[in-house]
Amino acid sequence: MKNVVAIISGILFGLGLAMSEMINPTVVIAFLDVAGDWNPALMFVMLGALLVTTIGFALSLRRKSPLCASKFYLPINTAIDKPLIIGASLFGIGWGMAGYCPGPAIAGLAYGQQETIYFVIAMLLGLKGAQFFLDKVK
Amino acid sequence: MESLISYLPAFLGGMLIGLSALLLFIGLGRIAGISGIVGKILQPLESDNQANEKLWRVLFILGLVVGAAIYHFFDPFTLPFRQPPSAWFMIISGLLVGIGTYIGSGCTSGHGVCGIGRFSIRSLSATIIFMLTAGITVFVIKHVLA
Repeated sequence: MKNVVAIISGILFGLGLAMSEMINPTVVIAFLDVAGDWNPALMFVMLGALLVTTIGFALSLRRKSPLCASKFYLPINTAIDKPLIIGASLFGIGWGMAGYCPGPAIAGLAYGQQETIYFVIAMLLGLKGAQFFLDKVK
Repeated sequence: MESLISYLPAFLGGMLIGLSALLLFIGLGRIAGISGIVGKILQPLESDNQANEKLWRVLFILGLVVGAAIYHFFDPFTLPFRQPPSAWFMIISGLLVGIGTYIGSGCTSGHGVCGIGRFSIRSLSATIIFMLTAGITVFVIKHVLA
């Protein structure tokens, strides 16, 4: 059941990214380009998503546990620490360069374009490299 | 800016993303953060009972591609990239996104959609920071360097 829920959730996410055109890097860059021909699409995507999650998460947490698992896995760290600031900053630079964040990049593989494949391979290498070095430090 | 109605697909697509995140949360108790889910897939298994914890993640990521493919099937178009698209440009930005999301524990989905969705100040801060540096990056590329 758990696996069925996961795949349906993934499909919904991919459909949402494609329908909202977040899968198109130029639409994302046009949102970030406040000084240019600004396209507010991403703002409407966030509004639509947050409308569902704010209400839905609050209602979900009224339950003791989720439907197919023993507990809710909530992040424990609430600090606005150095790693958060440095990591978010670096991520933002990469996001602004290509107009791709992890979700749209992976979903974009469905469109089979070379640029997307380069980006995703580099992203996986970056993730794995960061894991390798940071987990060693810890 | 165009008329409000032209942003309906963006709003509805956003609701689908929210619904996906809600389903994963009420079903598995998990945060639909793409960088986090991919990161866990890349990490080696520490014990056998973790195999199941890896399977749902792989299926979720597969679903992500399948969902986009289904949409693409009914509404085919090619993605316009920055011209001329440079392989090195995509590789450097991909590396930054991979490293940054691991150090900063999340991306647009985990911090933006899910974190803000549960009113986390840490996630709201991360979202403001990455939107800011992304905006500055776009400004520099499009209006300073160009």
